[in-house]
Amino acid sequence: MVRPVARPDPSRMINALEIRGLEKTYANGFRALKGIDLHVPNGDFLALLGPNGAGKSTTIGIISSLVRKSAGTVSVFGVDLDQDPQKAKSLLGIVPQELNFSMFETCLDILVHQAGYYGIRRRVALERAERYLMQLGLWEKRNDQSRTLSGGLKRRLMIARALVHEPQMLILDEPTAGVDVELRRSMWSFLLDINNRGTTIVLTTHYLEEAESLCRNIAIIDKGQIIESTSMKSLLAKLNTHTFIMDLDRPYDSLPLVHGYSLHAIDPTTVEVELTKEQDMNELFLKLTESNVRIRSMRNKSNRLEELFIRLVESNKLN
Amino acid sequence: MNSEGLFVAFCTILDKEVGRFLRIWAQTIVPPAVSMALYFMIFGHLIGPRIGEMGGFTYMQFIAPGLIMMSIINNAYANVVSSFFGAKFQKHLEEMLVAPIPNWIILAGYVGGGVARGLAVGLVVSGIALLFTHLHVRHFLVVIAVVLLTSVLFSLAGLINAIYARKFDDISIIPTFVLTPLIYLGGVFYSINLLPDFWQAVSRANPVLYMVNAFRYGLLGTSDVDVTMALLVITAFVVALTAFALLLLERGTGIKT
Repeated sequence: MVRPVARPDPSRMINALEIRGLEKTYANGFRALKGIDLHVPNGDFLALLGPNGAGKSTTIGIISSLVRKSAGTVSVFGVDLDQDPQKAKSLLGIVPQELNFSMFETCLDILVHQAGYYGIRRRVALERAERYLMQLGLWEKRNDQSRTLSGGLKRRLMIARALVHEPQMLILDEPTAGVDVELRRSMWSFLLDINNRGTTIVLTTHYLEEAESLCRNIAIIDKGQIIESTSMKSLLAKLNTHTFIMDLDRPYDSLPLVHGYSLHAIDPTTVEVELTKEQDMNELFLKLTESNVRIRSMRNKSNRLEELFIRLVESNKLN
Repeated sequence: MNSEGLFVAFCTILDKEVGRFLRIWAQTIVPPAVSMALYFMIFGHLIGPRIGEMGGFTYMQFIAPGLIMMSIINNAYANVVSSFFGAKFQKHLEEMLVAPIPNWIILAGYVGGGVARGLAVGLVVSGIALLFTHLHVRHFLVVIAVVLLTSVLFSLAGLINAIYARKFDDISIIPTFVLTPLIYLGGVFYSINLLPDFWQAVSRANPVLYMVNAFRYGLLGTSDVDVTMALLVITAFVVALTAFALLLLERGTGIKT
């Protein structure tokens, strides 16, 4: 899957989403958001990451008007959510974390009703419902009650419902949670496609591979604060070391000492090695070959973004 | 959203609400028809002749308007309280809350659904009443006004109950402990003129008395209360509950975090 290059477009001067000083304190005194600032350019595909309870869903809840903020401002394409909520809402499509459609309605009815809530006449709503149900592979299920769908198809139905009024920005709160790999990858393609056609997307996910594959920019939230907000490229560039796992051709009683490289045996046939950006992988292979150690295969220990994410969150904990 | 969009949004909510109670007609239309048929059979047909005339009418004729009104009140209330609370509980109310629908349209849509069910059940029960007795509409406009205002009033009350409800028990407490006593003591089965003065005065504080009697006036031409006063009382309640329901929706009470 190839992340398309951002195209220059004069209409993208305005931010799709602008959050300033957003705070939320719940009735029990818990401060879920401690004054966050976030800017999402028009046309962006932003990953909003954070551990559980960091404030991601609260932020999305406030943007979608389901949670009342304690302080701060939110504007969508320049429209202030407090001053003109109807206009701002019409620009947004929301895919919440929890399933929130009527379990007794059919897929088609769910989409047609949702379009109706946006003032879209039934004839147009039916056309759009057909289009999005087809695009998301739900057309065959259009007359089935939503409760009969599998978990993955229910997630797709939520995306179709959020798109039926053709919003300019789509916010997805863990849309692929519990979805199998095949279905997840087809959802990625679909999201990339609508982003390429101009829809701004904000995505929260715990699958960091997903964020790395799809998103152009990234914001990391922890304990109600944004601790990092940058482009995916520059964030990944911060990762100074890579940890690799190497599978050896046979069991070795002891590993040779390779000067300048830190090798750690996980078991007699598996070795972990940490390489800095400056170190040469060819040189390591050469030295191992000279010591009669042969490598059968090699892989990353973990996703690069995952390593960075854990480091940032850990460092925030220490701070 | 322009006025056409608002109208589409209102029709969507109404369509969804009407579709909901028609889809489960065996739970929404049939039970009140059966229980009202039993009321007519037992109170009107078996016990009624032993009671004799009331207000110049046979007992069957006397209770018919009250029983019709009772079914309208119960069903308008039940429709909105169960539908709105169900939407809140299953979280699909969020479909409306994230959309650019003004709160008054949400209110109008749900109340429209309650009125539709109240009218549907009222018509069925009226049909059953005609199997047992003769009814002639004496004051058509009064009948229409009372039926509409009453079903609007109890739809609003059902919505307010659903807004505050946190669990399913909360939507049955008000109908059981408030609504039923008010209806039964609201002159459905008797004329308040039979009561001692003190209890007559107490009965006049019961808003259901005005609805039942105004409706009885529309059908039979007789009433224990002044009909103009009755219409004013019902209208005042409708205005007050509309304002209160809108305030709750605006604040997000019970529906927003």
